[in-house]
Amino acid sequence: MLTSDSRDPATLPRLLLSLLAVALLWPGIRFSELDLSVLLAGGSQSEMGRFVATFWPPAYGEEFLALLWQATLQTLAIATAGMTLALLLAVPASLLASRALSLSAASRGGRPSFLGRLLRWPVRGLLIFLRSVPEIVWALLFVRAVGLGPTAGVLAIAITYSGMLGKVYAEIFESVDQRPAHALLQAGSGRLAAFAYGILPNVAAELLSYTVYRWECAIRASVVMGFVGAGGLGQQMDLSLRMFAGGEVASLLLTFLLLVLLADQLSRLLRWRLG
Amino acid sequence: MTLQLTNVTLTHANGVHALRGVDLHIAAGEQVAIIGPSGAGKSSLLNLLATALRPGSGEVQLLGERAWQLSARQRQRLRARIGLVHQAPPLPPRQRVITAVLAGKLGQWSLGKSLLNLLHPVDIPGARAALARLDLGDKLFAQCQQLSGGQLQRVGVARVLYQAPEVLLADEPVSAMDPVLAGHTLTVLCRHAREHKVTLVASLHAVELALGHFSRIIGLREGQILFDLPPGAVDHELLDRLYANEQLQSPPTPVAPLSLQIPRC
Repeated sequence: MLTSDSRDPATLPRLLLSLLAVALLWPGIRFSELDLSVLLAGGSQSEMGRFVATFWPPAYGEEFLALLWQATLQTLAIATAGMTLALLLAVPASLLASRALSLSAASRGGRPSFLGRLLRWPVRGLLIFLRSVPEIVWALLFVRAVGLGPTAGVLAIAITYSGMLGKVYAEIFESVDQRPAHALLQAGSGRLAAFAYGILPNVAAELLSYTVYRWECAIRASVVMGFVGAGGLGQQMDLSLRMFAGGEVASLLLTFLLLVLLADQLSRLLRWRLG
Repeated sequence: MTLQLTNVTLTHANGVHALRGVDLHIAAGEQVAIIGPSGAGKSSLLNLLATALRPGSGEVQLLGERAWQLSARQRQRLRARIGLVHQAPPLPPRQRVITAVLAGKLGQWSLGKSLLNLLHPVDIPGARAALARLDLGDKLFAQCQQLSGGQLQRVGVARVLYQAPEVLLADEPVSAMDPVLAGHTLTVLCRHAREHKVTLVASLHAVELALGHFSRIIGLREGQILFDLPPGAVDHELLDRLYANEQLQSPPTPVAPLSLQIPRC
């Protein structure tokens, strides 16, 4: 029996939160109609097994490898171009949306004025809109507008990712120590200069790591968008899947693995250089 | 009048009354020390003079301008003429000392020059000179996170020296330094103020440093000015009244320096 002086006041809230989490998860499983038993049903098992069995050996014909190389370059190009366009919009938007550049916050103990908060809302609304429409939907729209090909993929990534990057950048700016920037603002500096001297040194590594991670996500997203005709590895994957060419699918999957590994190493290298 | 506070009150967000009806006039070129027990409102008073805090009521007149009746742009121009040394200088850990010192002039530089300075320092001799006066010239290219609390405080002082403001405010500028270094740093500040006709206001917890270096001593207690005298007229009885603490049973030891925790950068 717990005596009163050895009782932790946090015990009851923790217990209740755990129960609440379980209570929320259960309907989630019901609503998503998750049914693991179909995996064990005989018919689908042998169907999957037959397809997976064709994965070995991976395709390595000269003609296919040339095709794969072209598709990989195209995927990398789509992801990089999309990210670059996204950054053009995300960087100014994040500076506008973040409280970190608030001049009024510097003399109000970190709380921006009411007007400042009001003016930040339209920018946040824009960022919410940009990222709430999935990139695949944008890709379908753009495929109709500009035709089949990588342009649609680039535009779709640029739009969705500018929303995500802008929101997370703004939050990263706010998450670090604001006093250096406030001290500079109180010494008469402009907002952008205070940002560059007071906030940027603290957030650089975090920004870089998130940006490289998003680039990795953009590579994967460009693959998915290939299925709707936006070019790159995805289009190749779509063709191979339709032809049940397991070896080609395996080669494509290995290429993804290599690309993700590459992004991961790049992120490590950059963080280590900055750290 | 360089600095003029008229019936100023300040209440923090948590409901603490930091200043209650303070009237203060400081003329150009004066060197003033503010002493008082912790929680007396010394930092609040200095932040008010630096326009880092807005008073709840009363008027703040700085360098002939009513600070809080100016537009934001005019106020930033006024702020560039006022320098504040922080007790724990807020510097990003990875920033190099030279960048931290040169940042003192951001209020006077254009954005282009400020950004260029990040790529390549535009005034290495200027930063070196400011640091050398505080015996820190060898740390020019070190990162702030490699410095101790006392060294960081000197970087903060060097930044304000480089800013070369007309009003120099210092909030416990030597609290993390040993007595010799503290004395030297205050001498540098006072000499700079004399040579450049700068108004100097510093809060200090070491009474003997205040009496030794400054020509006017203001005693602050519970948000009010208890006395405002030349150092010769400050006697033991006044200091006892200033630091009297009803809550502590042991006799107060006001002169002993407080051990202060300086966070890294």
